[in-house]
Amino acid sequence: MSTEEAGSAHESGSAARPYVITAENLTKTYGDVTAVDGISFSVPAGESFGLLGPNGAGKSTTMKMIGGVAQRTSGSLTIMGLDPEQHGPEVRAHLGVVPQQDNLDEELRVRDNLLVYGRYFGLPISYLRPKADELLEFAQLTDKAKSKVDALSGGMKRRLTIARSLINEPRILLLDEPTTGLDPQARHILWDRLFRLKEQGVTLILTTHYMDEAEQLCDRLIVVDKGRIMAEGSPASLIRDYSTREVLELRFGSERNASVGAELEGIGERLETLPDRVLIYTHDGEAALEEVSARGLRPLTSLVRRSSLEDVFLRLTGRSLVD
Amino acid sequence: MTEPSFADEVKERPTSVPPLRAHSPEVSAAKARRWGAFYYAEQVLRVMKGYGWSIFLYSVGQPAAYLFAMGVGLATLVDTGGAAAFGGVSYITFIAPALLISAAVMTAATEFTFPVMDGFKWRRVYFGPHASPLTPEQIAGGQIIAVTVRFFLQSAIYFVIVALFGASPSGWGWVSILVATLAGLAFGLPLMAYAATIKEDKGQFAMVMRFIVMPLFLFSGTFFPLDTLPVAVRWVGWISPIWHGTELGRVVSYGYEESPVLTIIHIAFLLGLAWLGWVLTKRQFARRMGQ
Repeated sequence: MSTEEAGSAHESGSAARPYVITAENLTKTYGDVTAVDGISFSVPAGESFGLLGPNGAGKSTTMKMIGGVAQRTSGSLTIMGLDPEQHGPEVRAHLGVVPQQDNLDEELRVRDNLLVYGRYFGLPISYLRPKADELLEFAQLTDKAKSKVDALSGGMKRRLTIARSLINEPRILLLDEPTTGLDPQARHILWDRLFRLKEQGVTLILTTHYMDEAEQLCDRLIVVDKGRIMAEGSPASLIRDYSTREVLELRFGSERNASVGAELEGIGERLETLPDRVLIYTHDGEAALEEVSARGLRPLTSLVRRSSLEDVFLRLTGRSLVD
Repeated sequence: MTEPSFADEVKERPTSVPPLRAHSPEVSAAKARRWGAFYYAEQVLRVMKGYGWSIFLYSVGQPAAYLFAMGVGLATLVDTGGAAAFGGVSYITFIAPALLISAAVMTAATEFTFPVMDGFKWRRVYFGPHASPLTPEQIAGGQIIAVTVRFFLQSAIYFVIVALFGASPSGWGWVSILVATLAGLAFGLPLMAYAATIKEDKGQFAMVMRFIVMPLFLFSGTFFPLDTLPVAVRWVGWISPIWHGTELGRVVSYGYEESPVLTIIHIAFLLGLAWLGWVLTKRQFARRMGQ
């Protein structure tokens, strides 16, 4: 399969979109540790696909296998119809990769980082010079073109890494925790850039442990825990299937949260007791709160909110995403 | 090259400006398979250029200082003892090839250690190109090509200075530039393979410098012929790339007479060591980056 096919299929509409990535029973073990435990998924061209899970769930390992830089232990995997272990350079030529840890060349200047990286794809300097300028503008780094990488902030480095990953105009972009460690403003700038790429039809594969990021960027995602897929679907459908419309959060103080559970029995559809708060899953949060008051319970604080992917994760694994 | 790409839909440019287009992934992969090591060498050389002046000054200053101290200063004492001990040539002529080879080996000891650690661990510079079409073997190869260029240039500068001191009487003296480059690789590539296995820096490279490079430098027939040493320590010279390189250097720079069999052994030893180092290095790079 060539880029051309994937590209044209995308234009012809979602129904005919071919799969650009197919994984079946993908497994990776390091010694006795099973990092990825038989996961299967397929990603059609142009989709924005997320792997959501806590640290150590096997997301990065999966990304490395897709990126053709880590060997799988068993199972099958194809990227653009090619096995990354047989056709590493061909597969990697299709991809743009944003690793979890920035690995920019700190000894080169900002713009030179893009030029040098483009050379790895055999791209001519006559293409790379204007392309680098275009990408610097895209990443809002034009005025930093001649700076040393050292001098950039965390958010700028991240944007430069993303710009670098686009130098070969990839149709598939792998992003491993693209916004971890960034401040909210930097995250929003990044999300905006990624959304533009999505609009251009680039297939995005991203890992994250941020709910809001997954909700913002992903058309579809898999929830991964301990190397296995716990659930799969769009953010909205996951919430619909695994949670209720609203959640009532109550805090009674750390000592009382656990003991008050029995008194809340029967309110809402489901009750979840966490060390710092009690969650009541219900389709109507306000009504549930009235019921709590009617039973004579006086929480220190209460909050009614919409269900989120965090609740889905909690339901599926019994744990919060960010420990 | 001109396969239609998504670049068209990406950019809305004025029609007068032709749209920027990357060549297809297939072309990228084919080019990278063929030239990948050179692409990476280009990167390493660009980084080296950043501290080019210090490399240049080191390349000029070190030989000048050594040749002056040993070849001029020490030689006034040594040469009175008669040139016969050094095969009928002046002391400076005797040690110049040794210093040339030793300089390349010492450069190897820095270029094939810390940068490798930097690639895998400190700044993880190998992992950027690793995500591109380049293979681990090409990344190792590219670094070796770049360092080979440095060996060559540095040795050429060294040779010019030696020649200015009048210490390379033979017309074949320039061949010692190639010998020094080969000796640098013969010592450096096995060291690179070792450096690629190190996961944690516990001062191993300083130990290599103190307990391998320095003894080799002192006991490789550098400052006096190897056969003046007791037999018990002569083996240090026999396994030393500095000794094999130096003997070759002496043959080409002043017609030092040795059996042609020995000359072949020197060349074979240096080539063999470099080849072994390369095989181990690429295996270790592939192993460490494929996890």
